[in-house]
Formats: sequence, structure tokens, C-alpha cells
Amino acid sequence: MPSKPAGTLYRGKVGMWSWVLHRITGVAIFFFLLVHIMDTALVRIDPAAYNGVIGTYKTPIIGLGELGLVAAILFHALNGIRVILIDFWRKGAKYQNVMFWIVVGLAALLFLGFAPRHLMNVFGAH
Amino acid sequence: MSVIIEQPKSPRSRKAANWEKRGWMYMRVSGVLLIVLIFGHLFVNLFTGEGIHQIDFAFVGGKWSNPFWKVWDVTMLWLALIHGTNGMRTLVNDYTDREGLRKTLNWLLWIVCGALIVLGTLVATTFDPCPAGTPVNLLPALCNGLTH
Ligand code: HEM
Repeated sequence: MPSKPAGTLYRGKVGMWSWVLHRITGVAIFFFLLVHIMDTALVRIDPAAYNGVIGTYKTPIIGLGELGLVAAILFHALNGIRVILIDFWRKGAKYQNVMFWIVVGLAALLFLGFAPRHLMNVFGAH
Repeated sequence: MSVIIEQPKSPRSRKAANWEKRGWMYMRVSGVLLIVLIFGHLFVNLFTGEGIHQIDFAFVGGKWSNPFWKVWDVTMLWLALIHGTNGMRTLVNDYTDREGLRKTLNWLLWIVCGALIVLGTLVATTFDPCPAGTPVNLLPALCNGLTH
């Protein structure tokens, strides 16, 4: 069995996992955006058809998907700031590890602020 | 391997514009702007009022009768789609090892990007909040009293 490479600063650490997450969330948001532009385009074609399609966004399963989408955007956006700081701030590289946990903490906080409200809108009586 | 790695320390040609660097910079500049645009978009559409439940034609019609939101949404469309497409180009460059496939996928990405930018921009700029023949209950309040 190959032995674990020793002394790496990147592999298996915050640097690598933040990159993996940034990439996966970026791709997920991209594909959602493609769909979202096309569903919004329906406002120019037929108001009733638009309301029909947007109605599916209010169903429980898609509603839960929106939670995932918001979580992905929160992480990607805040980690994007972290990447920018690593690139442009003199001390960015030094603090990249702390900054990752700040990103996770802030994203979690914003998500917890959003999730109950969204769940009420999706599952509440209307 | 199709990717040619330049000699380290070999000077970069100054003649051509460095598009890879411009793309790198674009990801960062658009990223900062998108934080404001996307967080604002999510806040107004999903957090205030009835959230996802309020979204319908009348909601969009109400928002887009204000030029502020039209400019907001069209700017967000361009910035986000080009950012996402350029990001996907990075992935294609990373994960394809046949040059033909890499080129094809990148072409496809930019064609889809261009088509959706044209579509989205046209939809927003030619939008009519009170289209003729639409049941009144689907229309935003600002259409009240208009006759077709
Ligand atoms: C909300 C604000 C956003 C910020 C601050 C942001 C920031 C960034 C930054 C700085 C990068 C470059 C990373 C690098 O060069 O290593 C990046 C990559 C990327 N972004 Fe964003 N982004 C945002 C929104 C979006 C959106 C809306 C999409 C999808 C449409 C997206 C998709 C991607 C993709 C696919 C990549 C490439 C990932 C990779 O190379 O691993 N981003 N983002």
C-alpha cells in the first residue's frame, strides 16, 4: 500500500477541501442559472405558463432543493472572497485556514437565518 | 498530452493580450459585484414578503416596472453567466485530455452563454407588464385601469 505523503500543506487539508467545495458549488450554481434564465424567459411568452412553471418552485421537494442552492451560493460567494483575499491581501495566505472557518461560520449563520423562513414559506399554509 | 507547459522563467510575449490573466481578474471583479447583486436578489425575492410564494408574473411585472430592478437583473445576468461560463472553461481545461474535445466543449459553453445572454437581455428589455389578452388576476396592480 502506498504510504501517505508526509508534510504536505495542501493535500487533505482545508486548502484542498475548500477548493473541492468551491468547484462543486460553482458547477451546481451554473447549471441552475441556465435553467433559471429559461424559466424566467417565460414572462415574455405567456404569464400563465410562467406562473405554472414557477409554481413547481413552491413544491416541497424543489423547495428543499432551493435550500441546497442557497447553501451552495453562500459557501461559494464567501469562499470566493477568501480566495480573493488570499490573492490580494498581503497576509491572505497566512490566514487562509482561519478564513476558511470564518467562511463556514458565516455561511452557516446566514443559512440558519434563511432556512426557517423559507421552510415556513414552502410548507406553511397559504 | 495536449497541454504545453511553458519553460519556467521564459518571458511572456508582450505582443498579445494576456487573456488568461484577464479571465482570472474577471472572476475576482465579477465575484465581488455578484455578492451584492445575488445576495440582494435572494433577499428581496426569497426572504422578504412571502418569499418563494410571492413569485409569479405579477411580482416580476411589479419589479420590472422599475428600471432599477431591470438594470440590476440584466447586470446580474451578464456578470453571473460569463463568470460561470469562464469557471466551467477552467473545468473543461482541467478534465479533458483530448484537444478536440476540449475545444468543442469550450465552444459549446460560449455558444450557450451568448445565446442565454441575448435571450435574457431581450426578455428584460422588451418586457410588457400588462400584455393584452391576459386575465386581470395574473397582472400586476399597475395594470389596473388600462384597457386593451
Ligand atoms: C456570489 C458571488 C460569487 C463570488 C464571490 C465568486 C467567486 C469566485 C472566484 C473568486 C472564483 C475563482 C476561483 C479561482 O480562480 O480559484 C470563482 C470560480 C468559479 N465560480 Fe464563482 N463566484 C460567485 C458566483 C458564482 C456564480 C453565480 C456561478 C455560476 C453561474 C459561479 C461559478 C463558478 C465556477 C464554475 C467557478 C470555477 C471553479 C473552479 O475553477 O474550480 N460563481 N468564483
